[in-house]
Amino acid sequence: MKEEIIIAGFGGQGVLSMGKILAYSGLMENKEVSWMPSYGPEQRGGTANVTVILSDERISSPVLNAFDIAIILNQPSLEKFESKVKPGGILIYDGYGIHHAPTRTDIDIYRIDAMDAATEMNNTKAFNMIVLGGLLKIKPMVSLENVLKGLKKSLPERHHKLIPMNEQAILKGMELIKKA
Amino acid sequence: MAEEVKLMKGNEAIAHAAIRYGADGYFGYPITPQSEIMETLMEEKPWETTGMVVLQAESEVAAINMVYGGAGCGKAVMTSSSSPGVSLKQEGISYMAGAELPCLIVNVMRGGPGLGTIQPSQADYFQTVKGGGHGDYRLITLAPASVQEMADFVKLGFDLAFKYRNPAIILADGVIGQMMEKVVLPPFQPRLTEVEIRQARPWATQGKPAGRKRNVITSLELDPARMEENNLRFQAKYREIEKHEVRYEELDCTDADYLMVAFGSMARICQKTQEMAAAEGIKIGLLRPITLWPFPTEAIAGYADKVKGILVPELNAGQMIEDVRLAVNGRVKVEHFGRLGGIVPTPDEVLNAIKEKLM
Amino acid sequence: MDTKDIIKPENLVYSKPRLLNDNPMHYCPGCSHGVVHKLIAEVIDEMGMEEQTIGVAPVGCAVFAYNYIDIDWQEAAHGRAPAIATAIKRLNPDKLVFTYQGDGDLAAIGTAETIHACNRGENIAIIFINNGIYGMTGGQMAPTTLEGMVTSTCPYGRNVDLYGYPLKISDLVAKLDGSCYVTRQSVHTAAAVKKAKKAIRQAFENSMAKKGASLVEIVSTCASGWKMLPENANKWMEEHMFAKYPLGDLKNE
Repeated sequence: MKEEIIIAGFGGQGVLSMGKILAYSGLMENKEVSWMPSYGPEQRGGTANVTVILSDERISSPVLNAFDIAIILNQPSLEKFESKVKPGGILIYDGYGIHHAPTRTDIDIYRIDAMDAATEMNNTKAFNMIVLGGLLKIKPMVSLENVLKGLKKSLPERHHKLIPMNEQAILKGMELIKKA
Repeated sequence: MAEEVKLMKGNEAIAHAAIRYGADGYFGYPITPQSEIMETLMEEKPWETTGMVVLQAESEVAAINMVYGGAGCGKAVMTSSSSPGVSLKQEGISYMAGAELPCLIVNVMRGGPGLGTIQPSQADYFQTVKGGGHGDYRLITLAPASVQEMADFVKLGFDLAFKYRNPAIILADGVIGQMMEKVVLPPFQPRLTEVEIRQARPWATQGKPAGRKRNVITSLELDPARMEENNLRFQAKYREIEKHEVRYEELDCTDADYLMVAFGSMARICQKTQEMAAAEGIKIGLLRPITLWPFPTEAIAGYADKVKGILVPELNAGQMIEDVRLAVNGRVKVEHFGRLGGIVPTPDEVLNAIKEKLM
Repeated sequence: MDTKDIIKPENLVYSKPRLLNDNPMHYCPGCSHGVVHKLIAEVIDEMGMEEQTIGVAPVGCAVFAYNYIDIDWQEAAHGRAPAIATAIKRLNPDKLVFTYQGDGDLAAIGTAETIHACNRGENIAIIFINNGIYGMTGGQMAPTTLEGMVTSTCPYGRNVDLYGYPLKISDLVAKLDGSCYVTRQSVHTAAAVKKAKKAIRQAFENSMAKKGASLVEIVSTCASGWKMLPENANKWMEEHMFAKYPLGDLKNE
């Protein structure tokens, strides 16, 4: 198994931490993992993306030109990465703030209204976990159990009390995702 | 018990490996994209466990001179920075080479020249392997291509530095510093005691006991005849290092029609290029210099009559290619592919370059 | 008394400090460096710290200090001695660590290192020779050169409109929370030498007691750079240097 994933959106949306949790989950499953962030001056609202690779074999390049899965959380990222999804690959996008929906027909496109759901849950911080839930529904590349273990690894101990809330958000995302 | 597999950034791995090596001191100044090194050290508080000193200096200039002072006492000390900061350190590095002081320097390169960008680059190759500071000196240069190597090269760098009494540098870039991968950290080893330092490093300034001559750490020698002697001694040492310490990795080089020579993050990208080429039936080998100085000249020369062409992909405008060309000495076509100013190319760009320039 | 009697131990009134070796000094006649070297050698010996002392030499006339005082030394890049001493002391907290610096080294190119080492309260002693001129390079303007004073790079006298004002760096250091002892001394008379020695001893003891940074400024002459006879240089120093750089403790906590 090998999944080459790009997650892209605004800074502050939890793009990097979502990638981190995915990477830690892969670690829990003894997979090879790499997590390569775009980095820049610390800025909320700037664009951010992260390339995550989970694989059964040694990972060559952490930098990729094409992806199995693209998780797109804003319009600029859609414009940048829609064309980079491999034919037959998957694109998941959050409906909030996407004015021009993806148009490719050779890939599977899913929509998840995670921002709306997070607002409804009165917890915008759950946003990225809802999206992650959606991804795991479509591609169960890691088990929920290992995601929770991964969360525990990636979060400092003082934040462990937030884990149940994150689990809820993941389950919510699994419900919400639908084929576009 | 086997060490736990951890997931962390290359920069964080450097910090943890330094504590575990038994480093005595770290002196640094914040600069992107390597600030996690000092941040991790401060978070870990090694002064409470191993006794390692960690100090945020007032500048990169002060930091490298703190390293000079610590190294002069026979301590295992290090600093880290990124390109513009490493430029500031060059004075101190030259002095350390001249005073024959061992230390570990880390450069997590970013795009230049000048303030440039904070994105990954390999444009400090010349600065690192050809001199950087003034005078005839060499830096033992290690180029990690994974988070694991970031951790492993801390010990390797310190060990080589002490073996040859010469500064060693880990030349990484923003990709290797910022990416997270699995890593097994090296085991803890104790710091040397004063008695052990006095015994193992008799040149160190630890205070002059009665009966031994005073130790003086200096790069100064006004008498040119004696300064030439010093230089000849350095050169003899450099020849020894070139003889014994060349390190490189070869991937799918047997029967390859073409060869890529790349280091650090670029070598990782080239591995993907190899996969893509193999799918198209093109056989491309990859030779990855691990030590940039001493350079694997002989290993590369060995391919001059075996391959149809060599591509040197770099995150710069063509620096290591000069050493590759010197190695093959005109016997085979050597072309360059580079992205500049912080742009990291994708694997397909490298493959296209091979097709355009060599096929 | 003939010579034989004079060298009898019971007639001994003075001897060269044990830690000052026999290397011929390169300093000019009338230079203050030799006297200050002697005081440092005496103080280290009297404190019994010979085996636990590390000195940091500057760039400037005192670059060869390590040739004369018989202890372990590190030779610093220009201005960086306080950074080097910082690491030596932090990594070896029980050793006596001092720097020996001139005005160009300490108050021009090394100002940042001086201020920050003292502000961090590093437990080091800084011996600062202020003669208002660059001696080693042949008499150029220093940050401490007095207004109107002639040097090879202000040949018409230091004009503050062009070159700014003489820098009273010891006053700056005294203001820092990390410094514990800042004093200004001289070595041009026997009485002054005695006081200067006491000051050096206190600075060294502060380093051992980990009280913070100590700075001993020695207002000095540079007969060659000033182009005066040593005796006249001393007089000129009293009249002009002391007016700008008055002797005495600036801070003693």
